[in-house]
Amino acid sequence: MLRAVTNRLVILIPYFWLLFFFLLPFLIVLRIALSDLEYGQPPYAPQFSFSDGWEVISEKLSRLDFENFAFLAGDKLYINSYLSSLYIAFVSTILTLLIGFPLAYGMARAPENLRPILLMMVILPFWTSFLIRVYAWIGILKREGLLNQFLLWLGVIDAPLEILSTNKAVFIGIVYSYLPFMVLPIYSTLEKMDESLVEAARDLGCTRIAAFWKVTARLAVPGVLAGCLLVFIPAVGEFVIPDLLGGSGTLMIGKTLWIEFFNNSDWTVASAIAMILLIVLVVPIVWFQNAQARATEAGR
Amino acid sequence: MPSLGSIRRSFAPWSDPDAKPYISFRNVTKRFGDFTAVDNLSLDVYEREFFSLLGPSGCGKTTLLRMLAGFEEPTEGELYLDGQPLKGVPPHKRPVNMMFQSYALFPHMSVADNIAFGLKQDGMEKSARDERVAQMLKLVKLEEFAKRKPHQLSGGQRQRVALARAVAKRPKLLILDEPLGALDKKLREETQFELMDLQQELGLTFMIVTHDQEEAMTMSDRIAVMDKGIIAQTGTPAEIYEAPNSRYVADFIGSVNVLEGQVVASDDGHVTIEGRDGRFTGAVRGQGPAQGKTVWFAIRPEKMRVSREKPTDTENAVQGEVWDVAYLGDMTIINVRLDSGSVVQAAMINHSRLVDDPIGYEERIWLSFSADAGVVLDR
Ligand SMILES: Nc1ncnc2c1ncn2[C@@H]1O[C@H](COP(=O)(O)OP(=O)(O)OP(=O)(O)O)[C@@H](O)[C@H]1O
Ligand SMILES: [Mg+2]
Repeated sequence: MLRAVTNRLVILIPYFWLLFFFLLPFLIVLRIALSDLEYGQPPYAPQFSFSDGWEVISEKLSRLDFENFAFLAGDKLYINSYLSSLYIAFVSTILTLLIGFPLAYGMARAPENLRPILLMMVILPFWTSFLIRVYAWIGILKREGLLNQFLLWLGVIDAPLEILSTNKAVFIGIVYSYLPFMVLPIYSTLEKMDESLVEAARDLGCTRIAAFWKVTARLAVPGVLAGCLLVFIPAVGEFVIPDLLGGSGTLMIGKTLWIEFFNNSDWTVASAIAMILLIVLVVPIVWFQNAQARATEAGR
Repeated sequence: MPSLGSIRRSFAPWSDPDAKPYISFRNVTKRFGDFTAVDNLSLDVYEREFFSLLGPSGCGKTTLLRMLAGFEEPTEGELYLDGQPLKGVPPHKRPVNMMFQSYALFPHMSVADNIAFGLKQDGMEKSARDERVAQMLKLVKLEEFAKRKPHQLSGGQRQRVALARAVAKRPKLLILDEPLGALDKKLREETQFELMDLQQELGLTFMIVTHDQEEAMTMSDRIAVMDKGIIAQTGTPAEIYEAPNSRYVADFIGSVNVLEGQVVASDDGHVTIEGRDGRFTGAVRGQGPAQGKTVWFAIRPEKMRVSREKPTDTENAVQGEVWDVAYLGDMTIINVRLDSGSVVQAAMINHSRLVDDPIGYEERIWLSFSADAGVVLDR
């Protein structure tokens, strides 16, 4: 009896966690997003209070005007920020995949005693602060930075490249920062894979390349999906990288949100931006969940 | 001259000096680092032969097959298939299919898709392919499982899918690495006969690895017994069983009693040895080993006669005490402790259901054997 109760409690813990650290903050932000802007502390006037009775709340909800959301829809800046964020995140994810897959593949095929060292090397950058690592890229990418000096010294270019303060720098920053999130899940699927599957495919008439696509790449799909999601989702809302490495032309929703919140002190619009961002990201997450379930079912 | 074993063979290309081998290992050595897995090995296998490799774990059987399939290149030596050197020919260009010891089924494909994989690769059209897949499923009795994924099958079923997939392309040479290990006895025996039928029907050459010597005896035209990267002996099942060339081979296939002794008399056709177990005379082909040499007399348990009185028709008799009796149904195995301390095994066929005066524990009995019942081995 007591056991049954304890068991149930253990199952409930993650739900409590989600409730307190996800659902409640979500509701608070949602309430701010639905509020009116006001000059004061805090800078918004709530439309309803959680302490109202349910009937009062639902009655007040039915009279909401969603003016902050309407404002976002009306201003091109916000729509462009979203689109530009998605675009930058998408391109960065593809680039990270293109670099991460061969890396993960090489690691998974390395001699067994070397693998922990390689794994360590992938994780090692996490030991320094993210901010410092991104900041260091400024020194590398700027006009008279290390990269330009090196390329000039090699004679590959005659004039320094303009990389810093462009989207290129943002791509580089995201790919660099999120690479481990791509490499690790792919590595873990590839490492588990039985090498004799590739041999079986070759034995049955595949060239090396065909066997790679039909077996290795196919079986790595769950890892690739997980890696892409782990890069794409945070990259969409990324703030530090576009702020430090991007230029004035770099439009990203994280930066826009920051400006609304801190520079304009407009909590209500900032909250609305966050709400929309959440909805935009739920779509790929749900899609991923489905794809993942299917891939796991198929790849077991 | 009487022949070894109880079957007359009509298929024996290996004894025809003009026959061309289909597979030929020429002084093949394979090293992994400084470990030699296959050591200067030469072997010929003929077309349509059912050839078995037998040997303890780690003796290089899989390595030998992998070189044939193209996954390993010999460190030294040459490999020929149908007269053509195989050096540098990639696996997909070899008319060889392999059934892997680990099955290596594609986890993301159904049973039917696994079997169809190689056919698709060859560009076989769909209707023919479906027909072939259905035929293969029937062969391995998995018709109802066509849609399942490998992880939804039992170990034995997976093994059968792997077998079906390897056979589906009807390769000229089929390599099977322990194909029947995970099957239960009955299914294994059925599959053994089906494999033999298939091989006959399609005219394929089979090269098979097994741990099960009975399986090798049942199916094979010839067997090679391996020992640490070399072949200890190649021969028909009867040759391996009745005329082993060493104690290693004699001991590896079936049970054997080995009596050690020094040669005391040797002439054309006979050799007499004397050791701690007694004095025995054995038949040899041609001149026997030199006097004074240590040799071993190897006799199979079923070739021992058991009697209460000292046999009068042969010199080869030893006395001892019954140590252990095991009744197996078709036969009874008796372990006898000789006066010298050695334990010798005898097998008696149970001819009738009722025995008047069965042999019991601790009884003193005589074991005897004729001169040609065993072989004299010098290593
Ligand atoms: N890739 C490899 N690298 C190093 N050593 C290897 C490699 N492959 C095989 N070996 C070694 O070569 C020897 C022969 O291996 P092989 O797999 O041929 O044995 P086997 O006769 O098939 O054994 P089993 O009956 O257990 O399958 C073993 O000692 C094994 O450890
Ligand atoms: Mg093996």
